[in-house]
Amino acid sequence: MYKNLRWKVLTILAVFTVFFALGVYPILAGRYKLPAPAWLMAKHLKLGLDLQGGVHLILKVNRDDAVRITTETSSEQMREALQAAGVATSAITVSSPTTFRVEGVPQDKEPEFRRIADEQTTTNYDRTAVSAGVHEFVMKRQIINALYEQTMVQAVDTIGRRVNELGVSEPNIARHGANDDQILVQLPGVREVARAKDIIRETAQLELKLVESGPAPTREALLQTHNGVVPSEMEVVTGAAEISSGQSGGTSFFLVRKVAAVTGNDLRNASVGLDENNRPAVMFSLKPDAARRFGQISGSNIGRSLAIILDNKIQSYPRLEGRITDEGRIAGNFTQQEAADLALKLRSGALPASMSYFEERVVGPTLGRDSIRAGVTASAAGLALVIVFMLVYYKLSGINAIVAMVANLIILLGCMAWAGSTMTLPGIAGFILTIGMGVDSNVLIFERIKEELRAQRPARAAISASFSRVGWTLFDTHVTSFIACLFLYNFGTGPIQGFALTLFIGLATNLFTSYFVSKTIFEMILSRRPANSQALSI
Amino acid sequence: MKFFENTNIDFVKWRWHALALSLVVILAGAVAISRGMLPLGVDFSGGTIVVVKFDQHVPIDRVRDAVSSMPGGVGNDAVVQEYGDASQNQILIRVARTGAESAGNLSETAESLVGALKQASLGNFEVINTEIVGPVVGEQLKRQGLLATVFAMGGILLFIAFRFQLSFAVGAIAATLHDLLITLAFLAFFGYDLTLNVIAGLLTITGYSVNDTIVIFDRVRENMRSMRRENLTQIVNVAVNQTLSRTVITAGTTLLSVIALYLFGGEVLEGFAFTMLVGIISGTYSTIFIAAAIAIMLQGRKPIKGQVVAPQTPERRPSRRRAS
Repeated sequence: MYKNLRWKVLTILAVFTVFFALGVYPILAGRYKLPAPAWLMAKHLKLGLDLQGGVHLILKVNRDDAVRITTETSSEQMREALQAAGVATSAITVSSPTTFRVEGVPQDKEPEFRRIADEQTTTNYDRTAVSAGVHEFVMKRQIINALYEQTMVQAVDTIGRRVNELGVSEPNIARHGANDDQILVQLPGVREVARAKDIIRETAQLELKLVESGPAPTREALLQTHNGVVPSEMEVVTGAAEISSGQSGGTSFFLVRKVAAVTGNDLRNASVGLDENNRPAVMFSLKPDAARRFGQISGSNIGRSLAIILDNKIQSYPRLEGRITDEGRIAGNFTQQEAADLALKLRSGALPASMSYFEERVVGPTLGRDSIRAGVTASAAGLALVIVFMLVYYKLSGINAIVAMVANLIILLGCMAWAGSTMTLPGIAGFILTIGMGVDSNVLIFERIKEELRAQRPARAAISASFSRVGWTLFDTHVTSFIACLFLYNFGTGPIQGFALTLFIGLATNLFTSYFVSKTIFEMILSRRPANSQALSI
Repeated sequence: MKFFENTNIDFVKWRWHALALSLVVILAGAVAISRGMLPLGVDFSGGTIVVVKFDQHVPIDRVRDAVSSMPGGVGNDAVVQEYGDASQNQILIRVARTGAESAGNLSETAESLVGALKQASLGNFEVINTEIVGPVVGEQLKRQGLLATVFAMGGILLFIAFRFQLSFAVGAIAATLHDLLITLAFLAFFGYDLTLNVIAGLLTITGYSVNDTIVIFDRVRENMRSMRRENLTQIVNVAVNQTLSRTVITAGTTLLSVIALYLFGGEVLEGFAFTMLVGIISGTYSTIFIAAAIAIMLQGRKPIKGQVVAPQTPERRPSRRRAS
């Protein structure tokens, strides 16, 4: 009658062994120093921040920064192109992150202007003539989206490099949020929250620009020689607190060239060194093509000052004493730690946009340990109570249910380890719920078997009728739970997603164990008995 | 061993009483919630939570005094309570603000809170947990949580309508909503906050409650074939009685797990465990008294579609299609 019984048993044993090896063995091997291959240990179930302690941060990326920079660059390129072609305009202004306007285009130069404008911007911007001689350029939607995407990818990459340099093991850096403009950063085991936060968020945009005039105590004093107007190819930058301390009001103003001689992208490396007064400073070296360019600029501007600008603040403005090619130094009032952190940030590259913190959670390691202990105690106590009940109420068939339940938990652990998921507190809650649902499935089946046996059916017929009938009930209940889980996973955030994932896998493994495994065990027992036997310990 | 053998209780008869009782609890809960007895946790409202562990016992009033000495009156409406076992000297302090509202750093409030505690010289302490949620995140979470619930309910409604009939689907969803409202009411009565963990519990209740109901509906559908001459009320009564021992045993075993979680799961999981505890009891109650009663009311005196033509494979085909 049970022809495929041997294959069923072999399948179950195979599945069981695989998931035991994936999920349970690495834990045992870790604890009792058993031999285990490295690839297996790499797959072990990770503990979430709530269980091992650490820092959980959510940053909002101000993606419009990147869009604004692109628009500013485009407007500058337009200015140069128009100048080169001899088309005079009264103003070129950036009015929003996505928009710039060109005003005062002379009537007779209009066709020439349109030709240059279209040549320059037609792929990225939509041009509209607002009124006579005034044109507005609005960035195209798909270009904005592409920039957003690029900004997020670059930001995640940069933060990843910085976190790696910090030496955090198994960090988690992922895009986050419904608008896809947030980044989740999880740093297990990190205690120095303030330093980590600072290193992650700092834009670290390095620019070296030639100084035209300054320092001056006020903006007006700085622009005196230029009739109070900033020349179009220049900009005003303020100095950092360290170099401004001599000025009244605590701020100093510089007029510098808009185009940077060197930017952070040109750096080959950065490290900590000492300045001429033996104070900590950051040494940097340049990539070959940037070194050539820098050599030219520094060689032809000997005697002038070069502003070293970090995130729009001038750190120092040393005089160019000679031609410099591939090495430079950023001096400031750094401590050893600050210099080391700045070097780290420069090495890992600048962030493409500014960021702000949305959420911050720090779990101390002791609380995590307590939580694990509590979670494990609760799971074990729940499991023990259920086992006792099943044995008392269903007698020998209770063993069947217990085997199914333990198999379920082991396969669930294995699946989670294999999927590389993280065990969190809500995950443990999901485990406990899985125990409950597994037992429910068994109870459904067993109660049905009892009913069928009371109707004087032979055991084999009772088993097969019960499983085929209850199978559809299980299908219905599990699919509804799947639906709930699906939405929970899609709309939920971190902890809720962990819960949904555990429950999702648990539902699937539960169908396998409480239906397939449990039925096979019954068949194994009954295959040794006469076909019309009515005896079954249930 | 058998708990309920051949019972024949007329559950459907009690449906009006059951509905009235539930309504009273839900209304009381609504009053409690409208009076602010179910405050939103920092996950949703935004704010700062700091948990500190002192070396020795510190009276909670002294901690409260220290907190209210924070600059700018930030600590005046702070919640200060013991966290976990009293012997651990852990105290949770919750402030409704973060640094972000006053355009500062997000963690400014937490830092000034720790500073105020240090200044009060209450003894050595260690910050074991900090949660700072900016106001924007909370708004997003609220929307997402609501969306998740609405979509999950909608999906379940469609699935049950497809597998059974629409009146059953409405009955199951009504029973689930009932459980959610009852659980929220009890959360308010017992002074819990609506945190992310509690929401996880509520969403679990949704799945659990529907599960429970489906088992009975499944039996109703099955009985429609063997009891073609009976009316729906009788069929439902028989189905509830037939599945009664399963309903009680399942609820009982799940309750065992959840009680273990409530007792041993620690402070972090307590809200979740309490939610599950109430939800499971309410779920069992609504499965027996509410779900089928509403299905019967909606069905009224209309013929039951599945009963007219004997179906060959009722599990595979939805009853709606069979009628056409």
